[in-house]
Amino acid sequence: MVDARQGLAMYRTMLLIRTFEERVAECFAAGEIPGFIHLSVGQEAVPAGVCATLVEKDLVSATHRGHGQVLAKGADPGRVMAELFGRDTGYCHGRGGSMHVADMSHGVLGTNGIVGAAMPIAVGTALASRLLGRGQVTISFFGDGAANTGAFHEALNLASVWRLPVVFVCENNLYAEFTAQSTHTRSTSIAGRAPAYAMPGVVVDGNDVEAVYSTTAAAVANARDSGGPTLIEALTYRWRGHHEGDTMRYRPADELPAWREKDPIARYRSVLADRGWLDADAARAIENEVRDTVDRATEFARTSPYPDVATLADNVYA
Amino acid sequence: MPEIRYVRAISDTLAAEMERDSRVIVIGQDIGMSGGTFGATRGLYDRFGPERVLDSPISETALVGAAIGSAANGLRPIVEIMFMDFIGTCWDQVVNQLAKMRFMFGGQLTLPVVLRTHIGAGLSAGPQHSGSLEAWAVHVPGLKVVMPSTPADVKGLLSAAIRDDNPVLVIENKALYATRGEVPDGDFVLELGRAHIVREGTDVTLVALSRFVLEAEKAATKLADEGISVEIVDPRTLSPFDADTMLASLEKTGRLVVAHEAWKPCGFGAEVVSIAAERGFYLLRAPVRRVTPPFTPVPFSPALEKAWLPDAATIAQAVREVVAL
Repeated sequence: MVDARQGLAMYRTMLLIRTFEERVAECFAAGEIPGFIHLSVGQEAVPAGVCATLVEKDLVSATHRGHGQVLAKGADPGRVMAELFGRDTGYCHGRGGSMHVADMSHGVLGTNGIVGAAMPIAVGTALASRLLGRGQVTISFFGDGAANTGAFHEALNLASVWRLPVVFVCENNLYAEFTAQSTHTRSTSIAGRAPAYAMPGVVVDGNDVEAVYSTTAAAVANARDSGGPTLIEALTYRWRGHHEGDTMRYRPADELPAWREKDPIARYRSVLADRGWLDADAARAIENEVRDTVDRATEFARTSPYPDVATLADNVYA
Repeated sequence: MPEIRYVRAISDTLAAEMERDSRVIVIGQDIGMSGGTFGATRGLYDRFGPERVLDSPISETALVGAAIGSAANGLRPIVEIMFMDFIGTCWDQVVNQLAKMRFMFGGQLTLPVVLRTHIGAGLSAGPQHSGSLEAWAVHVPGLKVVMPSTPADVKGLLSAAIRDDNPVLVIENKALYATRGEVPDGDFVLELGRAHIVREGTDVTLVALSRFVLEAEKAATKLADEGISVEIVDPRTLSPFDADTMLASLEKTGRLVVAHEAWKPCGFGAEVVSIAAERGFYLLRAPVRRVTPPFTPVPFSPALEKAWLPDAATIAQAVREVVAL
């Protein structure tokens, strides 16, 4: 299914996300990053696998837990980190922060602070692609919590009835903020809602990057071929709190250790090693390269200027 | 100059703009094959087809979101929110997404989206189909707001809104749909952010919105017989508001009355009189007055609705009181 180049690329992407997120956690704890941070440590295989199926012109709408989604689509880690640090060199010149990181040059429509709200927007980019014949596919990332919003329902229905090239990818990490899925819905499966919208629904192991890749590749090809949308439910787990500072008292004590056993990165490293695509030296080289990248990104953010107060009112209007 | 109905000016303008720019599309419930529940989009579907005139489900959140996304990806969409009372159903998309995205993303995109909707009591449409909610929209940085009061205004403001690269909310008035007026032929664009002196006068500055511009004109004609000269200012654009025109008028008259269908508390009139107090305090020779309905939802029964709505007589009375002070 994937070749060595693709496999190693996905592995590197996951490691980049992990390293980046852990660095953000440190910087946040040290007081260098203001506001709210929602980290995706443990969920790396989903954006890595999904975005590996895309081409440059495709688009992604992200969630509030979206750094990984943004990085996997090709955004520059330095400019993402600078945005989190509120610096002028950030993608949004410090206007947005973590929950509003956009990189239109890579088709990233932004992380979003309103749960579910990005889904109709993704339907919109898909609409334009269809009407203008651009051949793009849009990925709409969302979580299990968003699946209970009206925006989810309306977006899926509209994408279906207008037959739009959008793939809905649910990162089901079993919690909507502090609330376990079992107490926020009686549906046992988000993908099980798909038939209501006359679209295919698929459940995938969200911690198996190649399974995510192949499931998404099929859905993306179908969408690009005017077959309409698909709903993918990727089962995964976040290792850290809903937000940095969340003490996670709502989680049973044995849950996290069990999921750490299924670490998507460790798993895939074994797979790649077994295939002879990644020996210990190569693994270390990738680790070093990724750490250097994140070091440089952090340094870039730390040494970048804050936005000039005189520009505060910029870009309210075109 | 041809005289056409307000609602016809809407469909004519939409057609002309769609002809002019192939990126313009129209989205909404019943706007396509049925030509709109009030006929405002009549003829568009036959002329431009289903790829540019999109009949949609009752999903305002999805429609506004779709407009945002499609504007971000090369189109210039116009979404109809059938009654402004319904805008609450998609208010997150309007306020937290559409109005903020350019700012939040540091200018990385432009969103040339037009939202068309209407206000208007007087047709017994009841409490959930008659409201004047423009004040909600004026309170949103990043969103422009216009209110055409005549068929010519419709053409001028709607054309401008469609060509503007910003999100613009165009608030029509269903009680104006049947009114007729002269509309210039050819290309006719009214600059957004410029108020209009509907009638010149020397004794009172009467700022009126939407249908109350017509009521203000009736009031002014009556008052002229009584020797009171009323200057009527129609803001046309509520956001950004052309305060300079209002203040220049106030400098002439020293007296200010504002009339609108929206409620008094924090209605647009509150903004107008605040600006007068801030920037035109020494121009005022009398207290200001706002003419608005009582602070209740719009009642259904015609007997109550008629009493609820101010009219030319109520407006004229407010002007007389301000002149007497």
